[in-house]
Parts: sequence; structure tokens; C-alpha cells
Amino acid sequence: MHNKSVAELSRELESGKISSVELTQQFLDRLKREDGKYNSFITISNEQALAEAKAADAIRAAGKATVWTGVPFAHKDIFCTNGIRTTCGSRMLDNFVPPYDATVTENFKAVGAVCLGKTNMDEFAMGSSNESSFYGAVTNPWGLSKGEKRVPGGSSGGSAAAVAARLVPAATGTDTGGSIRQPAALCGITGLKPTYGRVSRYGMIAFASSLDQGGPMARTAEDAALMMNVMAGFDPKDSTCIDREVPDYTATLNEPLKGLKIGLPKEYFSEQLSPAMEEQVRNAVREYEKLGATVKEVSLPNAKLAIAAYYVIAPAEASANLSRFDGARYGYRCENPKDLMDMYTRTRAEGFGNEVKRRILVGSYALSAGYFDAYYLKAQKVRRLIQQDFINAFKDVDVLMSPVSPSPAFVQGEKTTDPVTMYLEDVFTIAINLAGIPAMSVPAGFVDGLPVGLQIIGDYFSEARLLNAAHQFQQVTDWHQREPQ
Amino acid sequence: MSISREDIEKVAVLARIKVDDEQVSALEKDLGNILDLVDQLSAADTDNVEPMAHPLNATQRLRPDVVTETNQREAFQAIAPATEDGLYLVPKVIE
Repeated sequence: MHNKSVAELSRELESGKISSVELTQQFLDRLKREDGKYNSFITISNEQALAEAKAADAIRAAGKATVWTGVPFAHKDIFCTNGIRTTCGSRMLDNFVPPYDATVTENFKAVGAVCLGKTNMDEFAMGSSNESSFYGAVTNPWGLSKGEKRVPGGSSGGSAAAVAARLVPAATGTDTGGSIRQPAALCGITGLKPTYGRVSRYGMIAFASSLDQGGPMARTAEDAALMMNVMAGFDPKDSTCIDREVPDYTATLNEPLKGLKIGLPKEYFSEQLSPAMEEQVRNAVREYEKLGATVKEVSLPNAKLAIAAYYVIAPAEASANLSRFDGARYGYRCENPKDLMDMYTRTRAEGFGNEVKRRILVGSYALSAGYFDAYYLKAQKVRRLIQQDFINAFKDVDVLMSPVSPSPAFVQGEKTTDPVTMYLEDVFTIAINLAGIPAMSVPAGFVDGLPVGLQIIGDYFSEARLLNAAHQFQQVTDWHQREPQ
Repeated sequence: MSISREDIEKVAVLARIKVDDEQVSALEKDLGNILDLVDQLSAADTDNVEPMAHPLNATQRLRPDVVTETNQREAFQAIAPATEDGLYLVPKVIE
């Protein structure tokens, strides 16, 4: 059962061959047996999962089942889950049991899905390797058979590793600068970062509010579409959510791709990309040509400024968002504070890890008196230039295709000495968040036995088209079905 | 672009994060590297470019001015580090 997709598991449940309680127990047993190798979960919610499974079986017996009723999945530990600890990968929230559900959590409960637990992640979603988690690094299932401990990418590294290792068929993720797409690429799974405002951020612990977006991580585009049907939609509790009709993302998966116009941004096929990776990406594009697509080169002249703009905007917003962790109302508080200032400064020094502290300090600096115009305002202007590049590109083409990451999964510890080295990991993903457009990562080959992702970038609200393009590719390739040994 | 020890100490106070001397040295290097990266922005021509806050230029919605939340003080305070009589306890602020 663990090899089946969400769509397949749903059919098994529908046929009555297995109950959700049986299925959930099988997944829980496997998860407890196998996850020691990966550390992909922070919390396994055994009792709640079985209770949800039991309720799902009752709903099915009453003839009120949805596609998701009784199907197991997991949440990234950034989505608040009522009564289940939600840590965001941080010591600061090690004891935090939310008294409410995120909207995304609520949505999955409403369709009867069974949450097996909370997946590991970089602390407060800040990282590209899952090495900044207070709960320890996650190990990529790929490479393990050769005795190599490689990173799964980040920040949604636990979700990606768990899906790749067949511990869950699907998991939620969040993407602020590449945190769904890069781990999906490094673990050989399918991930989608939706348009900014498509999925509610309510109850999703905030990192950089103008960039953060939740999205699906699964093995197939079809499963990602099934997740989007649950996750997308207007939410009055998120003031930046967009009130716009949600299509059935599965309805257009089988549209033919004949005539699809693909643009290849020349800046994303640069010297940063290894030749072996480039070959895999270009092979994938050739598959699309066989499916009837046409290809032309396009240019994103300001893309080179994306990392610089991001490392002003994201830390600035993070410094404001993370000011709420003050030791007064919930979460960690230092021992025996001697006065209020001592309580704040020691709580935050002890509760946050090094990468989080660095970003808060950079952000506070960029927003401080005398620097605001030079950094934050300048970065917001560059952000518009980056957005304009994409708007211009989409006048000529339907989608853009590129690599997701410059190289495949690297060995743990390889990029931790200098933060900037790690930041460059997101060179092909970060501009998409700044523009607010959607993009996917789709398994597209291997280099030295490690997965390579193809990035498919679309115009605002074109998620259905991206999923359609990914699904059609998955009908003629089997990269997404390869299983780590 | 470099950042001085004094700047780091000042920003750490603003951010309410305690840093010791050894950490300031490490931060001097790390933050210096990050600011070098960010410095690429200064070369960009942004004359007559409007700063961008929301990708779709959406503005804040208003909702009717009615009570929508119920009182959940007990649930919220159950997870607080220290409370008494429905109040959050912090170190003494006023002598």
C-alpha cells in the first residue's frame, strides 16, 4: 500500500478492500519502523490519526465520502494543528500546542483526510538543506544505499523526504524562496508553489508574509492537483488572500499539450548550472516538444538581482514577524529572568538558532533608521523590475521551463560554513516568489543516481495549466515513479 | 560592505537578542558577507520605479465592525509560561 498514490489509495478505500483504520495503522507502523533513517517527522500523531481514520470509516459507511476521506498524509510542522504540537522546527516552539487550526489544516479535516503527524523543516522555514532544524537534520532517502548522508533540501525537507521514502503519499509544504520546489527536486518528487494569495496563510507560522505560500508535495501531479482542490481558496482570515474562483485542478490534467509555447530563460541556463544537470533539463524539454510544444529562448534581465532583493525583503519581514516570540504569552521563556529586557533578550538568544538570529539581525538592520530607503525600499523597487520581466515573458509564451537547483542533493555539512553559499542554492527559484507567480518542480532525470527537477513556471493563477503540463509529462516518463533503494 | 561591531551590538538591542563578544565576531563576518551580496542592488537603475508590496497590488479589505471572535482566554493562557488570575506574568516593570 505504501507505494500507492493518493488517487490509488482513495480507490482502494472506495472499493472496500481496506478500511482507513487498517490503512492508517499500516502507514503508522511503517513510519515508526523506517523514519529513524531519515528523521523526516518531528511529531507522529498516532492517537489523533487513528481517531480521524475511525471517523473517516464512519463517514464512508454513511455514504458521504470524498476523494480524501480516510487517506493518510502529513503536515509540515509550520501549519498549526489544534491539540498537536507545532514547533516550526524551533526550540522557541518546542512546547507549543496550538489552541486552533490553520485554515489549510481545517480544509484537510473537512474532507476527512488523516494526518499522520508533522514533518521536519528548517527552523522557521529558513534554510535550503533542513540542517537548521532544532530537531536535527533530515537525511535524503537518495544516496543512503551508497552510505551517503545527503540533504533533502529545505525548508520543506521533512515533507519531501517522507514522500520520497514512501512514508506518506503526500504532505503539505510552504515556499518563501524555493522551500517546496528545491526539496521536491532534490528528493525526486512533485511540488507546487501556488500564486501568492491562492492558499490561505492563516495559521501558517509566518516567515516573510509577502512571499510565503503553502502548497502540495506528492509523487504525482495528479495527487498535487487533488491537494490543491483542498488547499486553494479565499479565506477572510488572511488579509492578502485573493477572492477568486477555484477550478477543479483535476479536470484539465488530460488536456493535450499541442501548441503549448515554452520559454527557456537564458539566465537560468548559466554557468551556475552543471552541464550534467543542464542535459537532463534539456532532455525533459525535448519530451515536451514530442508532445507538441514549441520552444523559444526568453530573457529575464533582472533575475540576477533576485537573491539580493530577497535577502533584504525576507529578513526584514522576518524580523517583524518573529518579534512576537517574546517569552510572555506562549513558547519558550528563559530561566529566572531578572527584568523584562533580560527576559526578552535571553529568551530570544536561547530560543532561536543561528540562522534565524542572523536573518532577524539583517532584517532589523535593513529596517533601522538611516538604512530603510537604501535597503528595503530599493529592494521593493527591484522586486517590481523582476516581476515586470516575467510579465513581459508571458506575453510571448505560456510557461517557462528551467532547472530547479544548480546541482543535485549535496552532502550534509557541505554548505553550512558560509550562509551566502547556502543562499545561492535558491538562485533559480527565488525570483518566482518575488513576482508572486506559481511554479512547479517535476522529477526529470538523474545525475550520479540523484534526482533532478524540472521547474515549470506559469503566469498568475495558472496552476491548472502547470499541473496539466506536469501530468502529461508524467504520462510519458517514469522519473516520478523511481523509488530510492 | 562591512558592518561594525557597534552596529551589530546596536541592532541586537533593537532585535532584543542577547549576543556575547564571540558571537559578535562571527556575526561581523556573516552579516558582512550577506550585506556584500545585498549590495548588488545599488547598481540597479530604479529611477521612476514604484516599490512593490503585494504581487497583485491588492489592498487591505475592510470587514464589518462586529465582534467575530469568542473569548478563549483559558485556552490561550493554558499554554503561557506564567499566568495568575487570568493575567500573563512577566518580571516586574514598575518599582
